[in-house]
Amino acid sequence: MSLLDSKKKRVRGGNCSLPTESMRGIPTICIRATHGWRFLNFKELWEYRELVYFLTWRDIKVRYKQTAIGGAWAIIQPFFTMMIFSLFFGKFARIPSEGLPYPIFAYSALVPWTYFANSLTHATNSLVEHQQTITKVYFPRLILPLSSVLGGLVDFVIAFTVLIGMMFFYNIYPTGAIWTIPLFVLLSIITAFGVGLWLSALNVQYRDVRYAVGFLIQLWLFATPIAYPITIVPERWRALYGLNPMVGVIEGFRKALLGKGAIWGPSLAVSISIIVLILIGGILYFRKMEQTFADVV
Amino acid sequence: MRAKMNDVAVSAENLSKRYRIGEKVPYKALRDEITKLFTTPFGKLKNQSAPKREKGYIWALKDVSLEVKRGEVVGIIGRNGAGKTTLLKILSRVTEPTKGHAEIRGRVGSLLEVGTGFHPELTGRENIYLNGAILGMKKREIDKKFNEIVSFAEIEKFIDTPVKHYSAGMHVRLAFAVAAHLEPEILLVDEVLAVGDVEFQKKCLGKMKDVTGEGRTVLFVSHNMAVIQALCPQTLLLEQGCLQMRGSSAEVVKTYLKGNSVESGEYIWQWEEERLNDLGLLVPLSLRILDHKGKVSERVLARYPFQIEFRYQLTESVSNLRVGLTLKTTEGQWVCTSFDRDRTEEHGWYNRKQGIYVAMCTIPENLLNDGTFVLGVITGIKGAQRLYRDFELIRFSVDMTAGVGSHWADGRSGVIRPDFKWETEFAG
Repeated sequence: MSLLDSKKKRVRGGNCSLPTESMRGIPTICIRATHGWRFLNFKELWEYRELVYFLTWRDIKVRYKQTAIGGAWAIIQPFFTMMIFSLFFGKFARIPSEGLPYPIFAYSALVPWTYFANSLTHATNSLVEHQQTITKVYFPRLILPLSSVLGGLVDFVIAFTVLIGMMFFYNIYPTGAIWTIPLFVLLSIITAFGVGLWLSALNVQYRDVRYAVGFLIQLWLFATPIAYPITIVPERWRALYGLNPMVGVIEGFRKALLGKGAIWGPSLAVSISIIVLILIGGILYFRKMEQTFADVV
Repeated sequence: MRAKMNDVAVSAENLSKRYRIGEKVPYKALRDEITKLFTTPFGKLKNQSAPKREKGYIWALKDVSLEVKRGEVVGIIGRNGAGKTTLLKILSRVTEPTKGHAEIRGRVGSLLEVGTGFHPELTGRENIYLNGAILGMKKREIDKKFNEIVSFAEIEKFIDTPVKHYSAGMHVRLAFAVAAHLEPEILLVDEVLAVGDVEFQKKCLGKMKDVTGEGRTVLFVSHNMAVIQALCPQTLLLEQGCLQMRGSSAEVVKTYLKGNSVESGEYIWQWEEERLNDLGLLVPLSLRILDHKGKVSERVLARYPFQIEFRYQLTESVSNLRVGLTLKTTEGQWVCTSFDRDRTEEHGWYNRKQGIYVAMCTIPENLLNDGTFVLGVITGIKGAQRLYRDFELIRFSVDMTAGVGSHWADGRSGVIRPDFKWETEFAG
């Protein structure tokens, strides 16, 4: 089991006359009812890192196994959304796009957004999908939403390469801020994971969540500057608008890559604080509900 | 006597687990059935197998304290719902106890089910890694054991085929093979040997014997008394969530089978009203053994046929119902199972309306050997739902007086003693 590090492993428990010295190396697990709030058990998570890897790898593998066009799906979703947006919002409604060609303006936001939306959906369903495993084997349950969120990164990378291609096509060169891209990717991972923790735990109790999440994501899409720039939101609403953590993430991503975008200083700070709050709250709530997952799921 | 701390692999104190009623079976809403049953007249008395209840809650496990020393192999037996699986789930940390605590010293491997986390789209090779990781193996551990696992499962040729193309047997073999190669210091096993074909079961049993011989600590849940006695020197008996007895396996198994079945010609169920909603649509009423004169008796003569009468009530009309009887020896060996629908020509009863039924099963003369047998009941809807079942209800004995070959004074081994036809001719 992964509860042991290599040092402890040298001690084998077969012999009861082992000297006390080496007995100290044997891991002792204490089982009792837990009450109240718990935060992360980092040590345990680290010990289970290989399981994170295997579950992530499984998610990726299974996703492409029985599909005819495999990885192309990663592009199709954001790309076609971009085309529709370009036609209706860009061409017909003439929504401004920060001086960028509308297609790349929309696509540069749709890439991180699609990653976020898919990861959140996966994470929400992760516990219920692994119901059988949860009721039979112990491991930190947090690993399930975590590996769902990580598994989506492959799609993200595929969609991102298309974005690079489009930049060449439109002759747009990245700015010096491109080094911040990983930061914004990280922020969308954390947001999807944080919200995913809440929703997956809720989904165990109330299966309605599964249906609600699709709707939530749909609304969220329009509350985020994807099809339109943040500048069309009136100044006095911006603070409120910034409470949506994805505002800072999407705007930041676009700005870092294309060099055009609106004021993202304060709204990014608000976004980050909200993300941190969601994450901490999500961990606490998840850990609190975790005890009953196997009984209720 | 308390063992030295160092020798103890598992120690538990007052472990209790409470479930909210309906938590485990959330999909059932049988309110209507209950009200129907309330209006029907039958007595109420405590039912033996009903776990202790508080209002709205059920104690699946109640104040279980135990200590298992390093290297001990301990069996756990008990009726369905006695808390066996709950105990293993708590010890393997799948679920938390409501009260009490336990301490486990050593690497724990739990095997509550084979094939946990298998994905049909992935190949055998991929599933070995995935399943191994879920069970707690490290990648390099799996690398090392990989060939061993594959050859144990006998799937060398199909290792890169998606598991969905495997036969059920291959699937089970692979799943068990991965699990069998876990090397924890403490192994918790639940009923997993009850899968696969007989050949493979034997192989698994052999593997389990190796495991138990290596000085590992093993807690082993099974319904198979013969396996328990073969593998475990010691056994725990759980009843209604409580630890009833601990001792040598032979002794505990005997007590279990005795305690569960009364040596008597009849068994009359007395249902508490609130227990009825767990039952579903079939409520057993009485089970009787009638000897060749039609008298209720716990002793039958082998040379005459005898009958088993099972009365039950259906609380709603039902199709594809199957009602059966089970026969075991007091050592726990299965003799046979027989259903009322075994003969295909009797189709008229396929749909049964609600009401009380009496099933009569005739056991022919000269079938069973002398000895004591345990009679049980098994019911269900074909391919859909398990209804009431209990394999240990009545104990009865078969008397060989004037039976087959009884003029020979020797005792005969075997559970049956049929009257075969013999013809011998002088061949020169």
